[in-house]
Amino acid sequence: MAVKFEKVADGDYLLDVTGYVCPHPQMYTKKVLGKLESGDVLTLLFDNPSSGESIIAMCDSEGNDLFQRTEEGGTSQWKIRKA
Amino acid sequence: MSEQSNAITMDGREGLWYGHKGNLYAMLILGLVMIGSVWALSLDTRWIYLLVYVWFGIGYGVLLQYGRFCMASAVRDLFAVGVPRMAVGMLIAVVLFSLTAAVVKVMGVNTFHPHPIGWHVIIGGAIFGFGIVFTGGCASGSLYKSGEGNLGAMLVVLSISFSQAIYVTLGGWFDRLVPASWTESAATKGMPEELTVTEGWFDQFTAGYIWDLQGSTLAESLEFEGEVAGAFVGNAFLGAILPSLVLLVYLYMFAYRKGYLRRYKIEMPKLGDHLRGIWSMVSSSRNTAIAGLGLGLLAGLHMWATGALRDHYQIFNFGELLADMGHTAGLSLQDTVFDPGYWYITTQEAQWGAWIMEKAGVMSRDNIFFGLENGIPNPIINAPGWMSIGIIFGAAVIALSRREFKWKVPNLETAMFALIGGALMGLGARLAMGCNIGAFFATVTNGDLSGWVFLAGMTLGGYLGVKAFSRWMEWRAGKDEFDI
Repeated sequence: MAVKFEKVADGDYLLDVTGYVCPHPQMYTKKVLGKLESGDVLTLLFDNPSSGESIIAMCDSEGNDLFQRTEEGGTSQWKIRKA
Repeated sequence: MSEQSNAITMDGREGLWYGHKGNLYAMLILGLVMIGSVWALSLDTRWIYLLVYVWFGIGYGVLLQYGRFCMASAVRDLFAVGVPRMAVGMLIAVVLFSLTAAVVKVMGVNTFHPHPIGWHVIIGGAIFGFGIVFTGGCASGSLYKSGEGNLGAMLVVLSISFSQAIYVTLGGWFDRLVPASWTESAATKGMPEELTVTEGWFDQFTAGYIWDLQGSTLAESLEFEGEVAGAFVGNAFLGAILPSLVLLVYLYMFAYRKGYLRRYKIEMPKLGDHLRGIWSMVSSSRNTAIAGLGLGLLAGLHMWATGALRDHYQIFNFGELLADMGHTAGLSLQDTVFDPGYWYITTQEAQWGAWIMEKAGVMSRDNIFFGLENGIPNPIINAPGWMSIGIIFGAAVIALSRREFKWKVPNLETAMFALIGGALMGLGARLAMGCNIGAFFATVTNGDLSGWVFLAGMTLGGYLGVKAFSRWMEWRAGKDEFDI
């Protein structure tokens, strides 16, 4: 179980931090979003609820669009479009 | 956020509360605690004293999980991802608890005693703050995350428990670290011989250093006349509310303002814009703000309930009740046990570790921490210990009902961080005489400024921890061959 980051298609990336607790999910998300281009979409997989609150606040603060949130079996799949 | 879905499958009982297994498990936990409470009271009504800790623990656990209220992220997320959410929630809780604590003080049942202030507070806070970055949660946060099924958080609790028990009994080589002045001062304190206070670094730290320091509330230092003015103006307003408001403005200026003005396209902000911005920051995470308000209220009520019971039973410490009930094995030399009377986390965890070590024959009570002050009670009758277990239960109840409970087994990296970070938290907590709850939250809200010193240390430690953690992330990213 390791952090997984990959390019799925042009402008479409996946970051999988399931199994990790604070501060891994929010710090990896911050770092990845910092590297993406404006308009790129990041699909984020995580299962640590408290990281979600920090990621919402981070997106709000930086203007990134958290446009889809799906929760299944304790795992969250969120999609973020970089501003 | 334009779309949100919840892909949970349910059977034909969809929509009914019992149609979801999580709700049933949550009810089962609450039912068992209720049955246990009734059973304890049927044995002896004086167990109500312990049950107060249990049920307030459950209340804390519910609110902590509901608001994702982990004070570790108050400093960590500020530096790591620029998010002041938890710092704001923590300050809301401080403001409200300071007011409820003042009410309890005026009622004459406040159980708080000021902490001695010295360098140990800032150093302990810094070590604790460094550790919490790696464990992913503070002492209370690790308990509520344990209630979410997080086994890594349980490892943190284990590490805090055993590391503290070990630290306070270490002697031999560690005695060489102690200044001679502490040893000399400790020897003059007239302690019982069986405690051997001139042996063991923590005994000499306690008797030769801590006991020579002073601690007081702001109301005492400023010599306020009258209980009401002292409690509300001295302790609550000057000691907690005013510093919290200053910190909220600081957080807005340096962590929220830029994003807020950009989001609302405000180019030339006026005072009104900034005030609306501060309100936006305070209310941006509704759950965290509600949890902060609830925790502040609950913490005050807890102090009142325990204080009222002490009045009722004419006792100063739970140890007296335990002795009356014939449970003397875990008491200290003074017939006391750890019994703060308010929200506290780390000392009872040290007692858990010590109890297991004592059973294994590797723990002795020839020390001040356990032998003179806190005792080593059986966990079954450890009242504050039950508060910690209550936090786990309360968090499990709400996590199950919100469908957020998930057994999570730590990988090697997370387990390593949990153990090492937990050991650092344990060391920091013992040096500072408490964690972010006992040494910060419960102190600043009662007019004891040593808590702000602890926060300064925890912030410094958190900052250094985030720097170290970022380095680790960079190294891992390179090792795993993905470039971020």
